[in-house]
Parts: sequence; structure tokens; C-alpha cells
Amino acid sequence: MRPEQNTPVISVENVSAGFPGQALLENISFTVSAGEIFVILGPSGCGKSTLLKTLIGLLPPLAGKIFINGNDIVSAKPQQRENILSSAGVTFQNNALFGSMTILENVMLPLEELTELPESACRQTAAMKLQLVGLTGFEHYLPAQLSGGMQKRAALARAMVLEPKILFLDEPSAGLDPTTSAQLDKLIHSLAGSNNIAFVIVTHELESVFALAERVIMLDKNARGIIAAGKPEQLQNDTANPAVWRFFNRKTETDPIPTTPSPAAGYKTQEQL
Amino acid sequence: MSRREMQTLNPFELERPPLAGSDQMVIRLSRRIDLSNAGAGWEKLKTLPLTPKEKTLVLEASDVQFCDTAGMGLLLALEQYGQRHGMQVQTRGLSAELETSYQRFDREALAEAVRSKHPSAGLCEQLGRTVCDITDDIHSQTSFIGQFLCGAIQFVERHKKIRWKDIFNLSELIGVNAVGITLLLGALFGLIMAFSSAMPLRQFGVEVYVSDLVAIALVRVLGPFITAVILAGRTGSSFAAEIGTMKINNELDALEVMGLNPVRFLVVPRVCVTILAAPLLTILFNLAGLAGSAVVITSMGFSISTYWSHVQSILSATDVWVGLFKSLVFGALVAWIGCLRGLQTKSGAGAVGISTTRAVVSGIVLIVLAEGVFSVLFYFLDI
Repeated sequence: MRPEQNTPVISVENVSAGFPGQALLENISFTVSAGEIFVILGPSGCGKSTLLKTLIGLLPPLAGKIFINGNDIVSAKPQQRENILSSAGVTFQNNALFGSMTILENVMLPLEELTELPESACRQTAAMKLQLVGLTGFEHYLPAQLSGGMQKRAALARAMVLEPKILFLDEPSAGLDPTTSAQLDKLIHSLAGSNNIAFVIVTHELESVFALAERVIMLDKNARGIIAAGKPEQLQNDTANPAVWRFFNRKTETDPIPTTPSPAAGYKTQEQL
Repeated sequence: MSRREMQTLNPFELERPPLAGSDQMVIRLSRRIDLSNAGAGWEKLKTLPLTPKEKTLVLEASDVQFCDTAGMGLLLALEQYGQRHGMQVQTRGLSAELETSYQRFDREALAEAVRSKHPSAGLCEQLGRTVCDITDDIHSQTSFIGQFLCGAIQFVERHKKIRWKDIFNLSELIGVNAVGITLLLGALFGLIMAFSSAMPLRQFGVEVYVSDLVAIALVRVLGPFITAVILAGRTGSSFAAEIGTMKINNELDALEVMGLNPVRFLVVPRVCVTILAAPLLTILFNLAGLAGSAVVITSMGFSISTYWSHVQSILSATDVWVGLFKSLVFGALVAWIGCLRGLQTKSGAGAVGISTTRAVVSGIVLIVLAEGVFSVLFYFLDI
């Protein structure tokens, strides 16, 4: 753990997420430190993306508080919330690149709209970000002309262009082949290390979890909350909670669970978090 | 027919006549029960005795070598037939593998799934939902006026950030690309109106006044109206489709999390450009319409100078300004509702299509309503 990692940049306190009258998650609490790669995982439909949308202010939480860099985004007025969230970048599962703009224009957009930089400086900065994600030479391509992995990297470049301290990534390796996925994982790892960016990644790709995560929380639909938290290697050996063990070991409900508890088991309940 | 062929065609045979005194009904299943013959089996189910006297139904499955899900469904139907008539059902000779597959199905859950139907709303509920939808729509349209005004103020405040490239692209899409269809429809409308009005006017020997009629109708009412309908079909629908697709692709969410107001960024430029383009297109429509009617008038033997003097004498500057003012309002309405419908797009593949349709329908309804309001207003203002 890097020394700067002790400062929490995100603090989530007893948050309930979902839609009015239909809470998908209740009493969610966790913190994320600067430079940390934090992974939210769980099976499909457990509310991962809903939690992410709540964290980035697209969905209001049903209860609880969310602090970004010490500022509560729940009670903040819209303008204040915009300012608080400007220290965060987001990539979406389907990249959400603007189809009518080239990759360079996509990356330049936040700079042009939210800073006072002249156009040439915006162009330069955007080109540098694209180089950082390995997309030099593709600046004038439209998103539809790029492969899935390249689009993911372009979305990452756009999310990073305002030098955020936090990056939220929704399913960054979904739909990518193993090699491209591994390249993207490597890129995320290097960015977290060199730029001290806190990454909050929503995924259910186990390879990425093991490659990236310093800490994970696992959500469950039936429990409507966090059922486990810790390092992925610990949770993989956690036979005390069958749902967690099966998820990390890609087992079905009919597969037997080893009876000998692993010494590495690191399961924590919601109360212990 | 050989036994083999029969077994291929018939998924089962009822062994008849039953042995004297036997209380067993035996159904012999064929070697293969699958999608190809299960349908025949379901038909055959109807021919089984309606009031069987036997106490036990035996499904003799020792010949069965292959049975897919459709086949399993038929076995379950046979089982249900027996249970319905109070018979004890026995399955004999089913291989261990097929037996495992067969027993995997939860009978009660299946029966419930087959029985249950998608809940359909009653008349009262449908009526209530329709009223709620209309109320919600009025609410969202009203709140969108506020959002639009806020976005417009931000747009003006941040005039240095106006993306002129986007504005020029939009101008080309909305204005330049619509010139052809506008001129064509304008000319055809002029022709049609002139011909249609010439026939009754000829009866009174005043066909020269066709030019007066066409000119005043085109410039005051039909020009702005038809141009707005063209805009609703071309531009309103395209706005709804474009913004709707952006919403489905999370592009609007991306704008929001970047701190960019989608209304300022997407809606205000579109509405502004349409407001500018609508009067220009209306002028072109009117000119094309006048040209079309001029063709008809000259074909009736009148000179072009006669035609033009009639047009000049009937039209005042007020008529021209009234028409252009209307087109400006119509343009704003069409663009505004197109963008709103786009922003209201829900998820799913069909949602963009629904938004597009709603944009065109709502656009035309708003144009007609506005035309009605203008007619009454100008009548009382004596304009």
C-alpha cells in the first residue's frame, strides 16, 4: 500500500440504493483510499451498477451519506454536487463515447467545456491522454471504427482527461478477449500506481478481480447488501460462506464445498466492515 | 407400415384391448420421442378415453432410446392425464439417464407456469394508467420548459463555449438538406391549390383570382404549416432518434457526470437552429408554391405579369410577417418536442422507435394547436 493511500477519498455510510419503493441494496458502508483499486463485484442483478450510479450522482440514494473527498454529495445542491463530482471520472459499460465525434474530440470535450484552456492546448492534452492509453494514430477515428478494447481505452482516456482523483469504471473488461482484457488491467494498474488515482471498479470478471483488486466487496441480491469484503485471495478460500466461495471458484450450487476451513479465509460480515 | 416406421411417427400407442379384468391402462412409448413427433402425441392425447375405468396408468418406456424436452413434456402430459382421472401413474423401463432428466422437472412449478398468464390490466386500470400517463406527460413538458429556459440562459452565459462546428453541422442537417423536399412539396402544393381552386372559380368567370387565393393561403397559413409538418417528420423525428440513442448508450449519463447539462449541450443548439431554419424554409416553400401556381395560371392563358400584379395587390407585409412569425414558433415547438421525446426514451431496442413516433405525432398535434390559437388571436387582433 502506498503512503497516500491512508486518506479516504470516498466514504459511503449506510447507503440504500435502488428506486423509490424498491431498494436493491441497504446499509452499504465502505471507504476507498487514494490510489487504491477497489472492486465491487457480485452476480448479475445484485445491484452493482445501481450502486455505481448512486456513487456518481446519477441516482439519488434512498438513505445514507456519500462523501467524495470529504464532501457530502447527497445533501449538496446540484451545482455543488457537480463541483464535487468534477474530481471523478467515469467510464460506462458500453463506453458512452459520442458517436458523432472522433476519438480526439471525445477526449477534448471535457477540456473544452469545463476549462479555460485554448483549443490547441486541449488538443495537445487530449492527444497525450490518448498516447497514455496506447491510441496514438487513432485520434481521428470515429468510435464505431475502433475495436471494443480500443473503445474502452478511449473512454478511459476521456474519463482521465480532467486529472480526476477517482475513477469509476463499470465493467471495464466486459466483452473483451482475454489478451485485451489483460492489457486493460495492466493499464489500470499502471495508472493507479503512477497517478495515485483511486479506482472503483464494478465487475464480475474474476481474472480482472485477481489481477487488479486490492480490496473487494461482494454484493448479494438476496442479502440486499455486502456479504463479504477483503482481499480476493482470501475470499477465494473462504469456505464459511458458500455463496462467496462458489462465486470465486466458479462453482454451481450442486458442487460440494471443501469441509476443511482454509487458514486464509478472510470473510468479514457487514458489521465487521 | 412397419413397427419401426409406426414408432417413428407415433410417440406412443395405447395397448388395447386391456386384458380382461385388468385395472391397468398401458401406454407404450416409442423409441424416439422428440420435437418431430411430440405434436402428434399431443393430438393423440385427445383420443384417450375421457372416463377411463382403470386404476393404474403404466407408461411403458423400455423401448425409449431418445427423448428431448418436447418428449419429456409429452410424458408429463400423459402423467397429468392419469392424475386427472385419479389413476396411479407408473413409469416403467425408462433408462437411468432419462429418468434423472425426467425427475428434474418440478411438476407444481411447471403447472403454475403453464397456468399463469401475463397479468392484463382491466378497463379501469387501463383508464387510470392513461390518465396518469397524460398527467405525467403534461408535467414533464412543463418542467422541460423550465429546464430549457435554464439551459438557454447557460447557453448565452457561456457563449464563448458555443460549439460552432456543431451549429453548422446542425444547420446543414436541418436547413440545407431540407431545401430540396421543401421546394418540391411547395411547388406541388402551389399546383394542386391552383388547379383545385380554378375549377369552382371558373364557374363564376373569375379564375384570375386563383392567384390571390393561393398567395394569401400559402403565405399566411399553408406555407408555415406544411413547412412545420415537414420539419416534424424530418427534424423532430431525427432529434428524438439521435438523443434517444444517446440515452440508451449512456451518452447522456456521460455528459451529466462530466458536469455538462444535456439540455444546454444538446437541446438548446437544436432548438435555436430549427428556429432559424424554419422561417427560411417557409420562404422557400412559399416561393416554390407561388411558382407552381404561376404555371397553372399561365396555362389558363393569363400573363405572368397579371399573375404577379394580383399577388402583389393581395399580399401585405403583415401577411408575410404573420406567416414568418408562425413558422418561427412552429419550428421551436417541433424541435423542442423532438428533443423532449428523445430525452424521455426508455430502455430497450424498441424505445427509440416509440420516441420517434411520439415526436412526430406530438409535433403535428402541437403545430395544429398553435395554428388554432394563432387563428383566433389574429382574428381578434384584426391582423
